[in-house]
Amino acid sequence: MEIYLPIAELPVNVFLMFAMGIAVGFISGMFGIGGGFLMTPLLIFIGISPAVAVASVASHIAASSCSGVIAYWRRRALDFALALMLLGGGLIGTMVGVWLFSVLRSLGQLDLMIGLSYVTLLGVVGGLMIIESVRAIARARSGRPAEIRRPGSHTWIHGLPFKVRFKQSKIYVSAIPLWVIGFSVGFIGAIMGIGGGFLLVPALIYIMRVPTAVVVGTSMILTLVTMGAATIMHAATNHLVDVVLALILMVGGVIGAQFGARAGQKIRGEQLRLLLGILVMLVGLRFAFELILRPSNLFSVRPLETWQ
Amino acid sequence: MTMGRFFGVVMALSLVAGTIAPARAERLVVALSNHRVLINSSFTGVDLVLFGSVEHEGVVRRRGYDLVATVTGPRADMVTRRKERVLGVWVNVESRTFFQAPAYLAVLSNRPLAAIVGSDMLSRLALGLAQTPLPNDGPEPQGSDPYRTAFLDINRAHGLYRELPDAVAFLTADLFRAAITLPANVPVGTYDVDVKLFADGLLLAQQRTALETAKVGFEQFVASAAREHGVLYGVATVMLAILTGWFGAVVFRRDFN
Repeated sequence: MEIYLPIAELPVNVFLMFAMGIAVGFISGMFGIGGGFLMTPLLIFIGISPAVAVASVASHIAASSCSGVIAYWRRRALDFALALMLLGGGLIGTMVGVWLFSVLRSLGQLDLMIGLSYVTLLGVVGGLMIIESVRAIARARSGRPAEIRRPGSHTWIHGLPFKVRFKQSKIYVSAIPLWVIGFSVGFIGAIMGIGGGFLLVPALIYIMRVPTAVVVGTSMILTLVTMGAATIMHAATNHLVDVVLALILMVGGVIGAQFGARAGQKIRGEQLRLLLGILVMLVGLRFAFELILRPSNLFSVRPLETWQ
Repeated sequence: MTMGRFFGVVMALSLVAGTIAPARAERLVVALSNHRVLINSSFTGVDLVLFGSVEHEGVVRRRGYDLVATVTGPRADMVTRRKERVLGVWVNVESRTFFQAPAYLAVLSNRPLAAIVGSDMLSRLALGLAQTPLPNDGPEPQGSDPYRTAFLDINRAHGLYRELPDAVAFLTADLFRAAITLPANVPVGTYDVDVKLFADGLLLAQQRTALETAKVGFEQFVASAAREHGVLYGVATVMLAILTGWFGAVVFRRDFN
């Protein structure tokens, strides 16, 4: 069944979009990531203009994270205090990111910049996650406890001032690295047009030593708020949010996220991290191939003064 | 051959100068099956029919008439970019901006354009994709311009530019019909339809008409809301997202544990 999208100005197959929403929603619910780094390239691939794709995906991510937040909240697997602290830096980072985004856009070469940052970030983050989780799994296999929270593993980050205690996460850490992480995720997310959950989750796990179970729900709160703000900003400035497209993706995404959240609770933390690491790595490789392989057509045509 | 060519040039020049022979008896009458294409949620492209007749008032053309219809869509500035390998990575290195290029362009005729009129006449009348003027910010091309070729090829691949030498059919000697196909990805706006009648390589008559594509109903409501009330539209979308997320969580609550 084809339906015409009023803003994207082309017809799409409802069932295909719905299936894409479910698939990405499942992954997002499972890992506590927004899924923007999967959905945006998918939409562009089926012919939706990058500008409309990025703007509409923001609201889809907001819906997925909202249902994810509720699911994790029921299991009390959230840390609101930690989320609030991250949001402070996150919203500032988003604003700075959006500003730099428009500067880069006016200079041209934005698509190259996005491609390179996808390859670098996804490659590094995915690689680190794979290495760490494989080690953790090997440790568990060899009989030693898989828990990586050893007392001796504290770094200089834990010596910084302005310490705050987060009861839910059972951590006592400085507010400075939390603001820095929030800012970086908001900033990078705005530049790359993604929620940034796949950066936040490992940052909280590896740098702040937040328990994996709490991280997922907490990162979803941040994603919900930043993506909600991004939707309004896109709608107000570019007028490119396609509400019909967003609704189809949202409904699929919400259903998928429920099942994903359940699946995520059943899988052990280190296995979950390995899976996410592999997924992130694969998307990064796809972008790398796109940059390195000779394109089938060296020429491209775009309307003047829109997104790349 | 050279004589015929010379004759054609002379005729074309006289045409351009406006000194058309008084024996221009033919007149074109054209009509479209639909002047207003409505885009609603089930829009997947549309086929229109252009039909008409030649009023010839007794003039007889032994070799019959030829007809070329050019449909030109709304215009917009378009950028064509070229990639090149820099340090192992494919990068957009150069670009060419085409000013006010038509977003849709269809050239429909009853036989190949080259068989209808001579090449001088084709370029003079700017008939056909190859002859279409595409003003751009590039230097004067020597020979074929790769940017122009790429621009035409990409638009052709998207079904937005088309040259169909069999889209016009003469039902009788002076009654014709042509199929105009607008694909689903056509832009909204006004489309000019220019119809030219030829015989023996000469332009006999010309007629213009137009059609319009417009969003209606829900599509129109959404599009205008997004454009005129951006912030409200964004807030509404976020509310929708939160509602959908909450609804999903409630519906699936029972299976959750």
